Amino acid sequence: MIPASFDYVKATSVDGAVAALVKGGEDAKVLGGGQSLLPVLRLRLNAPSVLIDVSEVGEMRSVTDDGDSILIGASVTTYEVMHNELVKEHAGLLSLTAGVVADPAIRHKGTFGGSVAHADPAGDLPTVAAALDCEMVIAGPNGRRTVAAKDFFVDYFTTALAADEVLVAVRVPKLGAGWSYNYQKFNRTAQAWAIVGVAAAVKSENGTITEARVALTNMGATPIRATGVEAALAGASSSEAIAAAASKAADGTSPTSDLHADGEYRKHLAQVLTRRAVQAASGI
Amino acid sequence: MTHISATVDGVHRQGDVEPRTLLVHWLRESLGQVGTTVGCDTSNCGACTVLVEGRSVKSCSVLAVQIDGKSVTTIQGLAEGEEWHPVQKAFKECHGLQCGYCTPGMVMASVDLLNENPNPTEAEIREGLEGNLCRCTGYHNIVKAVAMAAAEMGASK
Repeated sequence: MIPASFDYVKATSVDGAVAALVKGGEDAKVLGGGQSLLPVLRLRLNAPSVLIDVSEVGEMRSVTDDGDSILIGASVTTYEVMHNELVKEHAGLLSLTAGVVADPAIRHKGTFGGSVAHADPAGDLPTVAAALDCEMVIAGPNGRRTVAAKDFFVDYFTTALAADEVLVAVRVPKLGAGWSYNYQKFNRTAQAWAIVGVAAAVKSENGTITEARVALTNMGATPIRATGVEAALAGASSSEAIAAAASKAADGTSPTSDLHADGEYRKHLAQVLTRRAVQAASGI
Repeated sequence: MTHISATVDGVHRQGDVEPRTLLVHWLRESLGQVGTTVGCDTSNCGACTVLVEGRSVKSCSVLAVQIDGKSVTTIQGLAEGEEWHPVQKAFKECHGLQCGYCTPGMVMASVDLLNENPNPTEAEIREGLEGNLCRCTGYHNIVKAVAMAAAEMGASK
């Protein structure tokens, strides 16, 4: 299977990438690691006229400490996110989850920004971006703007990115002291997409949860924050209280039914995985 | 057409490619390096795994233009002259294959795994090879082969 013909532009700067996108028009696509895009092109599900390769744009390749947050360039690979010391120290949930994305070879090429911009509802990293209240730094012909995760993910494979915009970096607020985290991914086989996934970060004091963030993978068109669970977890100090909170995980969701699981099964999984994730994170 | 040059199995290679050319097709069809196989063609099976700058990638999911200026190692670049790589020897010794179709990718993924973790547990071996499918063996002898290669490579240091 060979993709349809396209032109190739290797961008060396963010401005250059934006200019190439503007010139390329509606049919231009940004190429990062290509681990989602190239299979799509090979299957001829899409046939862009030009690919703009941002995988080696210097500004998009670094992880930097920016005070209350870290800034992860969109072309930083999943493998690098797993192993980067700043990410491990300040956003451990992200490095932990990066380790369960696909398989080693795909993690070597695939990028954090690419996963976020691709916005597959079964993707693990968009869920973490939602759980950690990340902000997307976006460049376009009119300059730069920042979009919060809750506004960034719009629908299946659809984000707030316009056709002439590039995701430059993801700003990840640092989790301070007292936070612990876990990600639970349920799939049928190695390297498969999540049937359901749950990201949990909890802040505890003396064995009591004081604050929690819970986000769900593949429970709808976009990553979903389980706000009912988050509210119910405040003050939880027993496994019974965690289980009671987790039972709200599927509230208000309408997950899809497909070959792997029907919607009701996904709703059940969301509750089970939320309980496991919060228990593993909190040690309660 | 785009001009690219790369070091493939230690040899400087160059040529003009269409941007849509996949790395595996450049290797096989332009360079004649047919040791790397095309399996699923959908980035699932890992048969086409090669190393780019020392790290495993699925060469059906990388464009040839993306490896311009880089080094690529295929299964054909592992041996030192007549001397097989320890992972190749261990796959033969443990019979870590049946039909052999997945073997080039399986060996390359194993080399990457051992570069990253020279002394893996059985679970780490299985996890490290999760991106490579074998439909014959049931994986047991593959896992044994990687463990044997790890022991061999550790002993030779």
